[in-house]
Amino acid sequence: MVPEGLHYTKAHEWVKVEGDRGRIGITHFAQSQLGDIVFAEMPQVGRVLRQMEAFGVVESVKAVSDLYCPLTGEVLEVNSSLESNPEQINVDPYGRGWMIVARIADPDELGNLMTAEEYKAYLAAEEH
Amino acid sequence: MSAATGPLKRTPLFEIHCQLGARMVAFGGWEMPVQYAGILEEHRAVREQAGLFDVSHMGEIEIMGPAALEAVQHLTSNDASRLSVGEVQYSALTTSEGTFVDDITVYKCTSDGYCLTVNAANIEKDLAWIREHMVSGAEVRNTSDEMALLALQGPRAQEILEKLTSVELGRLKYFRFVEGQVIGIDCRISRTGYTGEDGFEIYIPPQHVTTLWNALLEAGAPVGLQPCGLGARDTLRLEAKMALYGQDIDDRHTVLEADLGWIVKLEKGEFIGREALTRQKAVGISRKLVGFEMLGRGIARSHYPLVKGSQPIGEVTSGGPAPSLGKNIGLGYVTVQYAAVGTEFDIVIRDSPIAARVVRTPFYKRAR
Repeated sequence: MVPEGLHYTKAHEWVKVEGDRGRIGITHFAQSQLGDIVFAEMPQVGRVLRQMEAFGVVESVKAVSDLYCPLTGEVLEVNSSLESNPEQINVDPYGRGWMIVARIADPDELGNLMTAEEYKAYLAAEEH
Repeated sequence: MSAATGPLKRTPLFEIHCQLGARMVAFGGWEMPVQYAGILEEHRAVREQAGLFDVSHMGEIEIMGPAALEAVQHLTSNDASRLSVGEVQYSALTTSEGTFVDDITVYKCTSDGYCLTVNAANIEKDLAWIREHMVSGAEVRNTSDEMALLALQGPRAQEILEKLTSVELGRLKYFRFVEGQVIGIDCRISRTGYTGEDGFEIYIPPQHVTTLWNALLEAGAPVGLQPCGLGARDTLRLEAKMALYGQDIDDRHTVLEADLGWIVKLEKGEFIGREALTRQKAVGISRKLVGFEMLGRGIARSHYPLVKGSQPIGEVTSGGPAPSLGKNIGLGYVTVQYAAVGTEFDIVIRDSPIAARVVRTPFYKRAR
């Protein structure tokens, strides 16, 4: 459940590069650890985020978790359907559960993120 | 919650929980299942069919002897003299300030013997307190290690348990118990619970609890019985406005402030805390535990501040989604002038005030 071609943070966010934009969400592992997600708080379009700045919050029945932006950039789109259907994050974390799209200000920052292979190894290490 | 020290304890069902895929967490000094299939699914199972909880971490303390009633009356705020053998009573072990050492259920087991069921995290504290305040003619015994406890909760609970016992469950009323056999093993079966549903709590020697757990799951499978963890237990009890020690009640808030005046029987005579509670009742309380629902988007959590305008008026003690109601709800202490049903105030969630309103409790009440 770690798709190839995405870039991953140690805080379990993913980013998919789409030209000069990055589509951002949380990983399958993150949603499975959280359990039933019942609330998502997303940023305003137009907000400028720095790499690894908190951009929002997801809440499961019992826990509150911050979300961190994998890349510096301006928020161009927000998945507003998460407001009424936050469980999409559980059901389809890499698809309908996407969270924001940001303009990629500095492509070099991708080098600070993990590849799918590296993230898999990171998860394996986390479990020990 | 008092901090756990040393290694976490495990119930006899620990291995089974792991086999069932439970996520295990530390709770009250124990390693307990928080969820199996998922909190929302388990919550729904208890409201619509039935759920099975391992609550063997709970403590049991016996008070026996000719002065047992006197001892229980001295230690607790409710009136234990009203109990006949086979009856259960919700009560509080009170401090001299009228606050909680613990909240408990009192079982009258024999003409001169009571069994107190106490919170897992409080067993040692309660025992020390009870021993310190014991009267002559009564003896105290910690039977926690001799007792495992399962809670079978939900509208199908009776139908499931009936398959395994000849006890006439239909005649067992709410907050009553019987000693009887389930799958041929001597148990105490009580019609009690912590979910707001009909159901039973079954006290059984630890060496037999695995057999009983498996038998119940098998008997209940055709009607949708699910193993349930502490996560669902918490959302269920919050909807039913059942207080959680360490969050909603503690040794800093009195029984009257906790809106549990119905377990304070001042007229019964002397008990620890009676003076303080009598005084407080005469003067009136200055803060009160209320239930609220969120009007704005957001989930209240324990310790979030309650404000009216810019003025702090209290704090959330428990909060979360109410899956049966489709709302976000919570409990909190507020200055008493803001405690009336319908009063609106704000909950500060991540630095933003979000509107909430005091509502009648329990939030959820099952149809009887």
